[in-house]
Amino acid sequence: MDILILVIIGLLAGPLLGGLIAGMDRRVTAWFQSRQGPPIMQPFYDVAKLFGKEKMVVNQWQILCAWVYVIAAAISLALFFAQSDLLLIFFVQAVGAVFLVMGAMAAKSPYSQVGAQRELMQILAYEPVLVMVCVGFYMVTGSFSLGAVWQQDMPLLAKMPLLYLALGYALTIKLRKSPFDFSTSHHGHQELVKGVLTEYSGPYLGLIEIAHWYETVLVLGLCALFWHTNVIWMALLLIVTYMLEILVDNTMARMTWRWMLKRVWLVGMGMCVVNLIWLYAR
Amino acid sequence: MFGSFIKKSRAKSPWIMHFDCGSCNGCDIEVLACLTPLYDVERFGIINVGNPKHADVLLVTGTVNHRNKKVLKNLYDQMPEPKAVIAIGACGNTGGVFREAYNVVGGVDKIIPVDVYVPGCPAKPEAIIDGVVLGLAKFAQKVEEAE
Repeated sequence: MDILILVIIGLLAGPLLGGLIAGMDRRVTAWFQSRQGPPIMQPFYDVAKLFGKEKMVVNQWQILCAWVYVIAAAISLALFFAQSDLLLIFFVQAVGAVFLVMGAMAAKSPYSQVGAQRELMQILAYEPVLVMVCVGFYMVTGSFSLGAVWQQDMPLLAKMPLLYLALGYALTIKLRKSPFDFSTSHHGHQELVKGVLTEYSGPYLGLIEIAHWYETVLVLGLCALFWHTNVIWMALLLIVTYMLEILVDNTMARMTWRWMLKRVWLVGMGMCVVNLIWLYAR
Repeated sequence: MFGSFIKKSRAKSPWIMHFDCGSCNGCDIEVLACLTPLYDVERFGIINVGNPKHADVLLVTGTVNHRNKKVLKNLYDQMPEPKAVIAIGACGNTGGVFREAYNVVGGVDKIIPVDVYVPGCPAKPEAIIDGVVLGLAKFAQKVEEAE
């Protein structure tokens, strides 16, 4: 019964929190650029408007892919809230991410095709980091189950600081922020029009936006687990992390996928491996 | 309840696409000026998207000629309903000083239905924002009539 309630909280918290975070993100970004920015509720207006638009698809695959993406993202967050197995959450999330790419590949538009290829590169960059973080959780708690985290009496950040930094790379990629926003950008424009999202429109774009919120909340939730002992410190950690993300987004240029692979694999995975070796030797 | 929220959201989240149909760039600079911190149209939820499939409002600047009329029609057809078209500047409205030129078709309304005409050479950013607001009212009206 408890698990059912947690699942329902997870399913609701994803869109609500995700939308609010996206709204505040736009507000803070506008503040950094000395603009006023849209209302906090703006992402909800955007998605509601998209649901009210005409259903226009290139082919049936796009419908399936958009739905699988949002369902996989929702299930992975629900599993996260139900304190399930980290690896299971991770694989369900990965299935969704791959379906987004498949939907983009189903259309013949070059923007969507190139965007899909770049999205694959991004998945290739952040998924190993997420696996390493899961392994870190296992080495500290002795289990892949999230429930085991709560039995720790010290914040995990103390034991896996480098893994947290590496998770920052994955978070930046997942949030589609500069310098890693080359498959599609959360800003209006980029050189591939809208990259992987170009061919999705109307309600299906709305579904993908909601799936994106679910994934944002999932990765931020993973970050939150690093300070599970105290709610205030957990909130502070999340706020500082997110503000850093926005700062990086506003001060960095968009880079190439080669640059990303080098950075994330050498620096990100390097930090992961060093941290894991330290955990093993300890 | 959800239906009324969608209706309210339409007016609050107009994503615009800007198409330069052979303008001198004067009006285009003014359109882009709307996005700068001075005017900051994102306050109203307006985003300048580059993709007709995501756009609600099409801003067209410049005269239509025989070369680009197909492109203009194609872009219009790719936009999902409900949508609005706003012609900007003297050239977009009527063809302007190029009206009599041999290669010019005329204003935007010769090819696609236009909802709002924003005059000026170039049109001021304030006038363009006004035009978008008027365009939203028009397409809310259109949606209601269709229902």
